[in-house]
Amino acid sequence: MNASTEHPMVRFEGVTKRYGALTVLDDLNLEIKRGEKVAIIGPSGSGKTTVLRMLMTLERIDGGVIWVDGEPMTHMPKNGGMVPAEPKHLRRVRSKIGMVFQHFNLFPHMTALGNCIEAPMTVLGLPRREAEERAAELLNMVGLAEKKGHYPAQLSGGQQQRVAIARALAMRPKVMLFDEVTSALDPELCGEVLQVIRKLGSEHDLTMLMVTHQMGFAKEFADRVCFFYQGKICEQGVPKELFVAPKNERTQQFLRAVLEAV
Amino acid sequence: MSSDIWNWGYALEILPILARAAIVTIEATVISFAIALVLGLILAVLRMSGPVVGWLASAFVELVRSTPLLIQIFFIFFVLPRFGITLDAFAAGIIALSLHYGCYCSEVYRAGLEAVPRGQWEACTALNFSSWNTFKNIILPQAIPPIVPALGNYLVALFKDTPLLSAIAVAELVQTAKNMGSDTFRYNEPMTIVGLTFLVLSLVSAVGIRWLEQRLNRRSVR
Repeated sequence: MNASTEHPMVRFEGVTKRYGALTVLDDLNLEIKRGEKVAIIGPSGSGKTTVLRMLMTLERIDGGVIWVDGEPMTHMPKNGGMVPAEPKHLRRVRSKIGMVFQHFNLFPHMTALGNCIEAPMTVLGLPRREAEERAAELLNMVGLAEKKGHYPAQLSGGQQQRVAIARALAMRPKVMLFDEVTSALDPELCGEVLQVIRKLGSEHDLTMLMVTHQMGFAKEFADRVCFFYQGKICEQGVPKELFVAPKNERTQQFLRAVLEAV
Repeated sequence: MSSDIWNWGYALEILPILARAAIVTIEATVISFAIALVLGLILAVLRMSGPVVGWLASAFVELVRSTPLLIQIFFIFFVLPRFGITLDAFAAGIIALSLHYGCYCSEVYRAGLEAVPRGQWEACTALNFSSWNTFKNIILPQAIPPIVPALGNYLVALFKDTPLLSAIAVAELVQTAKNMGSDTFRYNEPMTIVGLTFLVLSLVSAVGIRWLEQRLNRRSVR
């Protein structure tokens, strides 16, 4: 039995997140297949970024279970029941996930190469040479082979974000999360980052989950689009349908507003 | 050559003895500051970790910072023996100086650590670093360079506070000069030489700190 092809890569099961009295995500149920590319869209405050942050364990959840690659991440089995995951369990399951942030969050005291080898060496225990070889490959893939000795401050926003993508990939994640990765960039720099993501989609059998405001990109790239509104998935479907003929009124309003702004 | 105000012969005669005392002062400074640097970091981390531990550490820092160093020196040297802890004067002085300045340094560390953006911690979580590696490899290297000047100020301040150890008869510069004065009834030469020694060493350390600061800034291009 090959279980890994059976189960979804990521599964949110009745996940709830609150900040005080505010419910950011309400009983979220979402399954993402292995290799699937899912775009999450929606107005600000709809909880879309929270979905990624919970999956990366940057936010605690207040209810439900998140599953990754067939096993619960936020919980672990104990004495026949499920208990909240201990840090060790969390770390093990989390290792399958990588994330790219809106503000890059590169390590400013390390070069592009240093950023890409630090975690493979300290976390995975790779020897420096091996880590450097792989990092060089990845930097080449994102088109920054000649910038590997540069510090983040010496790179443009688009270049920094591409280093961040290479850095995340160096940990060989099965799931990549992209949290508004072009939102902090000047418009003319978005293209180079999206180009890398596009390449990633075709070259790797990688599950990808992205929160984005780039409707054009979502439409062309994603297998499925989820429209979030007030902490719930309001509508989801293949991009052609959702973008062309949204059924829900909220989706229609949102898309009209976003597309008018372009 | 010599006048009532300044006797060169006497000045030259006491110079070797004062040089030895200067070594004691420098030793006290270097050892205390080394301990203070480590202690300060530990206190800063404790203060950031958990409510109970954090509160205790904060309370300790406030207590030490709100009482005079001289009282702390006396307390460690004269009061602790009552509780079975007897230390020689030099050790008592080192402990007092390092505790006192450790608490001040902890404030500086805390400011430095808090100035590292939250995104750096999040990136480390996303890359699956352990807490220890996050701290050691990513957070600390970013927190330290900006606080080197502030820590350096405390090094100079600690150095200038070492004369307080004369109160428990540690044979550092001021204690030695004072003894000479009471032996010969000439204070001008020993006190002037000691003052100048402090001046020169303070200036030298300030230059050293400046150099270190520039070196660190050059390394971590921002």
